[in-house]
Amino acid sequence: MKMRLVFAAAALLAVSVPAFAQEEEAGAEVETEALEPEHFHFHFEGPFGTFDTAAVQRGYQVYREICSACHSMEYVYFRTLGQQGGPFFDEEYPNPNDNPVIKALAAEFQIEDGPDDFGDMYMREGRSSDAFPSPFPNPQAAGAANGGAVPPDLSVITKARHHGPHYVASLMSGYTDAPAGFELQPGLYYNPYFPGRAIAMPPQLREGVVTYGDGTEATVEQMAEDVATFLTWASEPKQQTRKQTGLAVIIFLIVLAGLTYGSYRAIWRNLH
Amino acid sequence: MAGPSTYEPKSGIERWMDSRLPLIRLGYDSMVDYPTPRNLNYWWTFGGILTLCLVIQIVTGVVLGMHYVAHVDMAFDSVQRIRRDVNYGWLIQYIHANGASMFFLAVYLHIFRGLYYGSYKPPREVIWILGVVILLLMMATAFMGYVLPWGQMSFWGAVVITNFFTAIPLVGDAITTLLWGGFSVGNPTLNRFYSLHYLLPFVIFGVVALHIWALHVPGNNNPAGLSVKSRADTVPFHPYYTVKDGFAIILFLILFSVFVFYLPDALGHADNYIPADPLKTPEHIVPEWYFLPFYAILRSIPNKLMGVLAMFGSIGVLVALPWLDTSKVRSMRYRPTARWCFIIFVIACLALGYAGAHNPEGINLWMGRAATLYYFVYFLLLLPILGLVEKPKPRPASIADSVKSHGEPAATPAE
Repeated sequence: MKMRLVFAAAALLAVSVPAFAQEEEAGAEVETEALEPEHFHFHFEGPFGTFDTAAVQRGYQVYREICSACHSMEYVYFRTLGQQGGPFFDEEYPNPNDNPVIKALAAEFQIEDGPDDFGDMYMREGRSSDAFPSPFPNPQAAGAANGGAVPPDLSVITKARHHGPHYVASLMSGYTDAPAGFELQPGLYYNPYFPGRAIAMPPQLREGVVTYGDGTEATVEQMAEDVATFLTWASEPKQQTRKQTGLAVIIFLIVLAGLTYGSYRAIWRNLH
Repeated sequence: MAGPSTYEPKSGIERWMDSRLPLIRLGYDSMVDYPTPRNLNYWWTFGGILTLCLVIQIVTGVVLGMHYVAHVDMAFDSVQRIRRDVNYGWLIQYIHANGASMFFLAVYLHIFRGLYYGSYKPPREVIWILGVVILLLMMATAFMGYVLPWGQMSFWGAVVITNFFTAIPLVGDAITTLLWGGFSVGNPTLNRFYSLHYLLPFVIFGVVALHIWALHVPGNNNPAGLSVKSRADTVPFHPYYTVKDGFAIILFLILFSVFVFYLPDALGHADNYIPADPLKTPEHIVPEWYFLPFYAILRSIPNKLMGVLAMFGSIGVLVALPWLDTSKVRSMRYRPTARWCFIIFVIACLALGYAGAHNPEGINLWMGRAATLYYFVYFLLLLPILGLVEKPKPRPASIADSVKSHGEPAATPAE
């Protein structure tokens, strides 16, 4: 019996020693695992959260002036900005295609259309019914212009990443100098929130890089938060409707459950 | 309990119809005057809940099918279009996606109910086996449905799962090629999965009809596990159980709504919001939560063929269950040892789910293996042996007696 115990202990040791050794080795290396994103306080969070229209508008400005140089948003249409729950919704224009603000935002772009009656493609002013134009004609062109890294489409980016908006805001405001010993390949930048911590996107947000129309100070954190808000709205423009509908549905169901429970008790009471 | 029909046509139209196609009689006998044990508890409400789940999935699915495009270049886009531009598309799509999870939640509770109260024992073996067939069909349907949005997890999940079939000796590669419609997961795969995803729910519907038909011959099992002996043991299905099922269904819908309206993505995976890319493998390929226990069984065995066999065997063993359990006592209420074995079985299933969600390394791997072992030991050793050696507790003489002694709150007056 004793012999067996000794064997078991020896076997345990043999198994566990290399495991410990491995852990120590890993500890000596520079950390490459991504950090948990910082927690931001967004107005749209929680069951009763609503979008702060001004923040979504500012976020659109950040996207429009900075992100859109490289990132497409294929699934978002200008008209979406003016629909109910959108940042430029105007009650006077229930059809967002008629909204002059939306029309003006779309008209800032030249969009390729066609072919015309002669078979030629031509450029025209953007309309509210157009999708956001993509900066590159195809992923290959996008990769070629960005050192091989294709900038992802941002239409559903906050749904496609864990911690969604918190991740986006942390990433955008999280660039720092690489710690000593961290090997950074040329063309990559250090960002502790990115998987592997080396990202191909250079830091984009510098204090005052955009000038907000509403006078909000354009700090890096402010812009990061605003653009994360805009991207969250864009990933699901019906989010606010969803939460409001849900409230009505659940209240209705709770009342119905109460009534049904009452009938249940009343019906079963007759049984002896 | 099928017994003679008690339906009496009251109007001329009913009499006319009854002598031609007794449809009203069928409805009356199976949903109104159907004699039901009076001691059913809330675990018995999942049958109704599951029927509703199936109807919800079919109705929302048919509408989604009007807008979805089954093509590798357009599938992902069409789902976004449904979410953004189709009237109430966001609601229908979220109900359908979360509905699959709700369906599995309910079906697992329904199965555990059957295991605990011995609903698979004579004379209900056929009901049970039909139920296993429904479970298999549900799994195939859910898997193919998850492929349709053509995100990263859709694609890579399809790659992993279709690869199981290559483990079959001799014909494995041919079967896999047939599933793919080519030599890799691609557009033909998506097209046939869409076709089958549309077909299988109606097959499920048919088997559910058989399942209910088979149920209505011997009648419901019940928490006491006793057979119905007299009219005093039963109540008519309507209004007693329509109202009780109705109440449970509404509670279930509240949970369902919480997911649809407030946590629509909680049960999914973020990677599925990235369009499928055959050249980029996601860091972790994880199936939907309802497949995790089976995934854990697969990964707890180092040999691929054996792993696949164990995974399918974990469902196959359910088919043999009515003959594996040797005990004459249905309800585990009266089986003190089996009851504990069952509770550990439930814990083992949860442990398998946990192990399936994490990388098979270190403690997770060993937990998965221990739980897999227990899963099979429960069916293949514990249930056959316990039936022979266990001394069951005394049981009440009848269902009516069990209600009096057990003090089922629903059946006794409030005062």
